[in-house]
Formats: sequence, C-alpha cells, structure tokens
Amino acid sequence: MKDIYRGSLVRLCGESPEVMAKAFAKWDRDTEQHRLADSDPAQLWSEKKIKEFVEKNGEKNSQSFRFSVRTLADDTLIGGVGLWVSSWAHADAWLGISIGERDYWGRGYGSEAVRLAVRYGFLELNLRRVTLGVHSYNERALKAYQKAGFKMEGRTRGEGLRDGQRYDGFYMGILYDEWLTTQEAK
Amino acid sequence: MLDIQTQLFEAKDVRFGPIDHETHPEIESRWTHDAEFMRLMELKPVRPISAALVKKQYESIEKEMEEDKNLFYFTIRAREDDRLLGKAVVEWVDWTNGNGFIRLGIGAAEDRRRGYGSQALGMLLRYAFGELNLYRVTAVVPAYNEGATRLFQKFGFMEEIRRRQALNRDGQIWDLVSFGLLNSEWREQNNGRG
Repeated sequence: MKDIYRGSLVRLCGESPEVMAKAFAKWDRDTEQHRLADSDPAQLWSEKKIKEFVEKNGEKNSQSFRFSVRTLADDTLIGGVGLWVSSWAHADAWLGISIGERDYWGRGYGSEAVRLAVRYGFLELNLRRVTLGVHSYNERALKAYQKAGFKMEGRTRGEGLRDGQRYDGFYMGILYDEWLTTQEAK
Repeated sequence: MLDIQTQLFEAKDVRFGPIDHETHPEIESRWTHDAEFMRLMELKPVRPISAALVKKQYESIEKEMEEDKNLFYFTIRAREDDRLLGKAVVEWVDWTNGNGFIRLGIGAAEDRRRGYGSQALGMLLRYAFGELNLYRVTAVVPAYNEGATRLFQKFGFMEEIRRRQALNRDGQIWDLVSFGLLNSEWREQNNGRG
C-alpha cells in the first residue's frame, strides 16, 4: 500500500475549520482566483460565516471528499481540492480544485493536487470515472487536466457571462481504464 | 408588439397546471411503480414511492420554489378533462449566467407517443426563454433514452457533452448526453415570435 495522500510537491490534508476559514477569507479577496475557479458571482463573507460553511460541509461528508493542499517543502497551505460523488451506483464523481495562493500558480502544484485527487477517487473510492468542468478561458487549468489524463467530452455554448462576454464551459472526464495506463497508476 | 394575449400555459391538447396535493400523490405514486419509466427519467437508483411520500415531496418542491426562486414546476394536464399526464420542470436556474436545466415526462404508458410531451416541451421552452429570459437551457439524457433524444433533436437542441461510460444499468455501461438550446436559436426557429 502506498501513501495515497502524498506526491512530490504537495500532500492532501484535513484541516480544522478555523484554519480553512482564515485561508478562504484571504483567497476570496482575490477575484481573479475566484473567477478562474467558480461561475457564481464573486462575493465576500466574514471568517465567522465561512467557518460555519466549512463546518456544515464537514458534516455532509458521505458523498464529498474534501482536502486541503499543503506544500511538502514548508507545509504552506496553498489551496483545496475535492471529489463530489454524483452517484455511487454509477461510480462517478465531480472534481473541483482551486489554488488560492497565487504564488503557486503555473508551477505544477495544482496539477499534482489534481492527480492525487484522481488517484484517491480510483484507488480508494473505486470510481469508474471522474468528471470536471472548466471555464473556456482558464487555459492553465485546462493544461493541468489534460496532463492528468482528462479527455474533452464536450462544451456548453455560452454557459457563462462575465464583463459582458459569453464564455463556454468545457467538460472533461477520465475513465479508470484510461488512468490505469498512465504513470500515476504505477 | 408585446404579445401578452398568448396563454403561456395552454397548448393544443395539453396545458400546464399547478400541483394538486389531494389527487396527484396517488397517481404519481403509481408512476413510480413503473421501473421502466422511472429509469428513463432518473439517473439515481429508482424506487417505488408511496402516495404519502409523494405528498411530502410535493410540499418540499413548493417550499423550494418559494424560497430559492430557481425552480419552476408544472404539472402537465389533458385539456379535455384536466387529468394529470406528467410533469415539466425548469430547475437549477443560474440567474447570473442565464442558464437553466429542463426535464419532462409523461407518466402513464397509454398517454405516451401521442404528442403530449412535444406540446409540453414547446410550452416549457416558451416559458424558459420568453418569461424567465434564460440565455440557454440544458437537458441531460441517458444515451439509452432514444425517445427523449429524438424529442430534443426535433426542437433543435444540439448535443454538447457526451460523458463517456457515465451510467451503469443492467450491467451495461452507457454514455450520459447533455443537450443545449440557446434562446437565440429558439427565437430563430419560431420566426422571432417564440
């Protein structure tokens, strides 16, 4: 058995709600970060309220598997990643990730967190596939997903609207059988 | 000209009506005992549901409509006698981006293949685009549901996403297909009138 939480740059952790709330409150103030990760309007919540959200999410954990992402080098908390099982019967889950600390963008940290979450989904949750959605303008994420073995499964035309411009949603998936043939499985 | 005389909830043979908490639970409970129908409609494991539980579900539907304001639920009725034929829904409306998901179904086998679903979909689209002002709607269909696939294609929906091997039913693996239609496309089809 291998340590499925650990990669070469980051590891997946559990975090106390206080620590996570503090981090989210900081990251939410970076609207570029929010708009890369989410299609809901950017808005600001108090640390107190975010802590309540985090606690509530922690209770509903039979279908959702959330992790914080910490660097191996100095244990810095840089983001979060999670799997939301859409159906146990069909063995499929949505993957979501955001790297809140922008100093760690474009350096392979997010890519590795994605690969760790996918590995967790296949080895621990026994999923048949993992699904994700990404804004068409988020090229960095798109590259990371392709590198992790996700294949494009379609695009929704004009799904989002920002600053008066319509953008598409890209939807990708990776199958267990495909993942088995990648480096990650070995 | 603003055409407010056109009745949004009236079609040739069917109309939209509200939920009737007295008489509908019994009928809908009967539909849930038809596994074949339920598996065309639902991705989740199906289960037969009692009238008492359907009644509770209706209550939570109307509560959600009232509180969240992103669910629009209609019962499909026969014009001749107002009897319950099925349901038509716009759900998960994302107001910021102008998106919504739609689904509909005709409950009893003897009421299917008579054009009721098609008329209901026409009304549902007019409602989503003309009344809710959505930019686009999405319909998610299991690849084995050929009837729904034909219906959405007939209304000009485009296949946008094909989630490979996303469903496991009867030991067989199926794709999950997502269809999209834009308000502008719908308007064009209807010569700008809807």
